[in-house]
Amino acid sequence: MTLATATERSGRKNPQGGRGEGRRRDGAAWFLVLPALIPILILSVGPLVYGILLAFTDAQSGRTRSTQWIGALNFQDLLHDTLFWDSFRIGLLWAVGVTVPQFVLALGLALLLNANLRMRWLARALAIIPWAMPEVVVGIMWRLVYNPDAGILNETIRDLGLGDGRDWLTGLATALPAVIVVGVWAGMPQTTVALLAGLQNTPHELHEAAALDGAGAWRRFRTVTWPAIRPVALAISALNFIWNFNSFALVYVLTSGGPGGRTRLPMLFAYEEAFRYGQFGYAAAMGCVMVAVISVLLAVYLVGRLRGGEDA
Amino acid sequence: MSPRTGRTARAGQYAALMCYLVFLAFPFLWLISTAFKPARELGSLHPTWIPEDPTLDNFRQAFDEQPLLRAAANSLTAALCAALIAVVIATPMAYVMARHRGRLSTAATGWVVVSQAFPFVLVIIPLFLVLKYLHLINSLWGLILVYVVWSLPFALWMLAGYVRAVPPELEEAAAVDGAGKARILISVTAPLLAPGIVATALFAFITAWNEFFFALVLLKTPEKQTLPVVLTHFLGAEGVADLGPLAAAAFLATLPSLVLFAIIQKRITGGLTAGAVKH
Repeated sequence: MTLATATERSGRKNPQGGRGEGRRRDGAAWFLVLPALIPILILSVGPLVYGILLAFTDAQSGRTRSTQWIGALNFQDLLHDTLFWDSFRIGLLWAVGVTVPQFVLALGLALLLNANLRMRWLARALAIIPWAMPEVVVGIMWRLVYNPDAGILNETIRDLGLGDGRDWLTGLATALPAVIVVGVWAGMPQTTVALLAGLQNTPHELHEAAALDGAGAWRRFRTVTWPAIRPVALAISALNFIWNFNSFALVYVLTSGGPGGRTRLPMLFAYEEAFRYGQFGYAAAMGCVMVAVISVLLAVYLVGRLRGGEDA
Repeated sequence: MSPRTGRTARAGQYAALMCYLVFLAFPFLWLISTAFKPARELGSLHPTWIPEDPTLDNFRQAFDEQPLLRAAANSLTAALCAALIAVVIATPMAYVMARHRGRLSTAATGWVVVSQAFPFVLVIIPLFLVLKYLHLINSLWGLILVYVVWSLPFALWMLAGYVRAVPPELEEAAAVDGAGKARILISVTAPLLAPGIVATALFAFITAWNEFFFALVLLKTPEKQTLPVVLTHFLGAEGVADLGPLAAAAFLATLPSLVLFAIIQKRITGGLTAGAVKH
């Protein structure tokens, strides 16, 4: 409380108000915050805590009343559940496989949109489409593209004389790459917009000065552009990684996790475990493991990148 | 930059831009093309880009096969209610986050950032149990509650950005004129925030309209289900789909969010920028 009033007082512009007014303003702030805070606590923070507790129980759908505390048993089982670790590995492959090309392509598009080109408005308008579309529709749309007989992809391959094409989404080797392409397509707009925002805040004079000094395009990018957009780039790729790792709808519609579990992302696995087989406690434990591993990975990544930045 | 290298660089930029345009547009164009093709052309082994004999049969068939109107009404109800409730409760909190220094706003901002990475897996099972306890499973109201809370982080983020864009001097001037705090908020701040509030509400609407995972878990019967869930019924049990009606329904389901997004696009990107940069 003392800390809050201290910052409160130093932040105040008019010095006349004493402690009493500070407290009253705090009261008013609470009053304004409560309408949003109560639902947040009941439907978001509460369930999060409840979810962690559930992971230590044998909760199943249909008999939640007789649920018992079983300690770390779920986690021990998970440790030996090769199917779960397979899906975890696929989840990581998918998250990296989507996030990296997404970032590279989005950066390219953002640089192009930032340059003074004629078709810019069209590209901007088109780049919004994947963002505005429901993920389910994105999935359906790409199923039409990938359709082995009536799809445009195989027809293009046939037209170019590259063979007969294949059944992309049901082939063991092609399924994961095929869904990754869709993931990249679907997530590009947000990344592009974020990077474009970063680019537009880069001081133009720096660019011109560097150009006058005879710096080439790559050098200017490395010394002027990149340092300016690095914080945005770091934040958006970290978020993209999490979002992608947790994604569900796209792959659910495209392959439902098939063929043979080759695209069964952890979310799909946990969803089936919970809502098809009713294993609530076990699925909650999966959730805990996913969150824990992702948090650790991200922390390592972010600390590493931030350190690297300071040295550079 | 010398003019010669300038010209080749320009050409390269345009070539790259064309590649992006093709990559971004072709799946969507294919969806539209499929939606207007008669069954005969869809069965052809050599599909064409432009339907030779465009038809609306697929749309008619789509409405016959699945309760699309009912689903659209459900989606509309859920998205409208969620968007309205979200901005009504988020606006005061966003105001505090933007204007009030102290532990409260620090905690709120922290929660907004953390919740961007919110683990749905960990939340959905307990949420299911909580809503079951409240008898809100298979009810649009249960879904609306979830959507409200789920859209709050981004709504708070955007709204706080819009509040920061309103100069505090305006509020101070009104205070000097003797206006009370509530009066200032209602007659000075709120009107200036209005465009931002509308943009935020529309964004919350689109997010709820497009949402799939919560709707899939929480809504059991076809009469209650929203559009994205009903769309997956077109895919059939074995993944064998009736392509024409599937494409037609998918295309229709996208139109509302595409139109709304086109309207608020500038504000969204503006809000994102404000949030990301001023923070």
